[in-house]
Amino acid sequence: MKTKTIPTSKSKLSGAGENTASWLLLAPFMSFFILCTLIPVGSSVVLSFFDYDMVSTPIFTGIQNYMRMFTDDSVFFTVLGNTLRFAVITGPLSFLLSFLLAWLINEFPHTVRSILSFLFYAPALVGNAYYIWQVAFSGDSFGYVNNLLISLGFITEPIQWLKDVAYNSTIIMVVQLWMSMGVSFLANISGLQNVNTELYEAGAIDGVRSRWHELWYITLPSMKSILLFSAVMQIQSVFSISVVVTTLAGYPSVNNSVDTLVPLIQDVGTARYEMGYAAALSVFLFFMMAFFRIVVGKALDLMGKQD
Amino acid sequence: MTTNTVKKVRMLRPKKRSEYRRYTRSKGGTVLYFSLLFLAGMFTVLPMIYCICTSFKPLDELLIFPPRFLVHRPTLENYIALPSLLNTLRVPMERYFFNSLFISISGVILHVMAASAAAFVFSKSQIKGRKILFLIVQFALLYNSYTLSVPQYLIFSKIGIVDTYLVYLFPAIPSAMGCFLMKQFIDVSVPNALMEAARIDGAGMGRIYWQIIMPIAKPSWMTLTLFSFRDLWSTVPSGTIFSEELKLIPQVMTNITNGGIARSGSAMAATVLMMLPPIIVYFIAQSNVIETMSSSGIK
Repeated sequence: MKTKTIPTSKSKLSGAGENTASWLLLAPFMSFFILCTLIPVGSSVVLSFFDYDMVSTPIFTGIQNYMRMFTDDSVFFTVLGNTLRFAVITGPLSFLLSFLLAWLINEFPHTVRSILSFLFYAPALVGNAYYIWQVAFSGDSFGYVNNLLISLGFITEPIQWLKDVAYNSTIIMVVQLWMSMGVSFLANISGLQNVNTELYEAGAIDGVRSRWHELWYITLPSMKSILLFSAVMQIQSVFSISVVVTTLAGYPSVNNSVDTLVPLIQDVGTARYEMGYAAALSVFLFFMMAFFRIVVGKALDLMGKQD
Repeated sequence: MTTNTVKKVRMLRPKKRSEYRRYTRSKGGTVLYFSLLFLAGMFTVLPMIYCICTSFKPLDELLIFPPRFLVHRPTLENYIALPSLLNTLRVPMERYFFNSLFISISGVILHVMAASAAAFVFSKSQIKGRKILFLIVQFALLYNSYTLSVPQYLIFSKIGIVDTYLVYLFPAIPSAMGCFLMKQFIDVSVPNALMEAARIDGAGMGRIYWQIIMPIAKPSWMTLTLFSFRDLWSTVPSGTIFSEELKLIPQVMTNITNGGIARSGSAMAATVLMMLPPIIVYFIAQSNVIETMSSSGIK
């Protein structure tokens, strides 16, 4: 673990000493980061220019893997469309909801706050229990939803929720929303606790009269860096939707109606052993996420400037 | 609102957190929001309740038609059946439990220490290149982790740590999410004036980190502990662990959950037991977070 670094007894602006100490503090994280993340990312990017089946020697093929994506892959555009659709709908929704819930909960006294926080963090705690939704939306009349609807007389025949193109993507979005709020929600909760309370007092004196005013003029600007974190986590989780989809709808799903990029990458890599192509798809996915990350960063910057 | 007002207010008298923010709140609004939140909360917690109920259902209630959500005649038989379902394992159950606990706890400690130290440097130091390094860390978060498993495996086998505890711990330490979270929190909660003051007092970076940053940032690293424990507790390594003695609980649990409908009660019992440690950590962390929050904000 970390040893306590040399206290520089020198002077106030101890340039060199402070820099050394800084690098020492950074070293444990960065060295493991380089080993376990940076080198693998680098090699994956390199691999995307090769044809590699995990057995024979990789063959350099230039940008062929990338060309293939756009010209020679029958499912790529469907899968890309699904991924974008899920991302654009559930991402912002989940981002806003996790903030709104955290903000409203933050108003309550201690005990109420703990209980409510627990309710909303519960999905993250049940771990891999999203298969419960499979039970709920099961296609026979044993499924809870079918059973309920039949007994209420809305339908007479059980609906194949997860096989029916009309319903499956909505269901997946609801489940994804249910699952994805945990991290952002708790980060927001503790971020809100960090907002300087004196600002609220000052705001009230300066004429902030409703909680919504206060939210806009005081809370949001103070929360900017946590909001950025939360947004990045949403981008990360929403573009990587995979287990939810494969557990609920299987892979490939009916007419590829809900297949997303990550299951496709896993299929290409694990089932077809085309590691080069899988790497190229990952690089593509990365740039797409990076694009959204930059847009979101710019948008959040604007929020501060208007104030 | 101007900084002047803030100062004026600060001079009047110190107030407790609960005294603030009454000005902008109406009672009716509070009740309304509470009811809405509680309803939404019930929806999100429903699957967890379902898990718990099902784990107490006797076999005939599991198979009953129409299916019932709640349990009518609760029984412990699903829990009692667990040991006999697990006695085919070559390694005693306690070993898996120890492994999981050991990996989760040591992984969390190492990760929290490393990530917050790095985050502190990214946020408050003056070294060259910290901005670009932090950007790299941030963007690495977006790279699909599945694709990394093959290169990671090759690296781990090259340095000879495949099939040891280290394959669990090594990737856990530099999780970019933790560093990012801590950096954002330190940015907000540690004023630069405090850094200046500490420097003038002659404190080095190491001491500032340990004696000033960590206490102030306690709510944030408690939150990070929560996330990190949850992730490590449910880790299933991909092809880097072969020895049965080194496997973790989630890998064993799949033996039970794959048992079909007759075992679905026991599968739920196992799921419920798996949930307990993260829930306990949640409550420990959360009570700490709430206690320290009010005092930490701005010194």
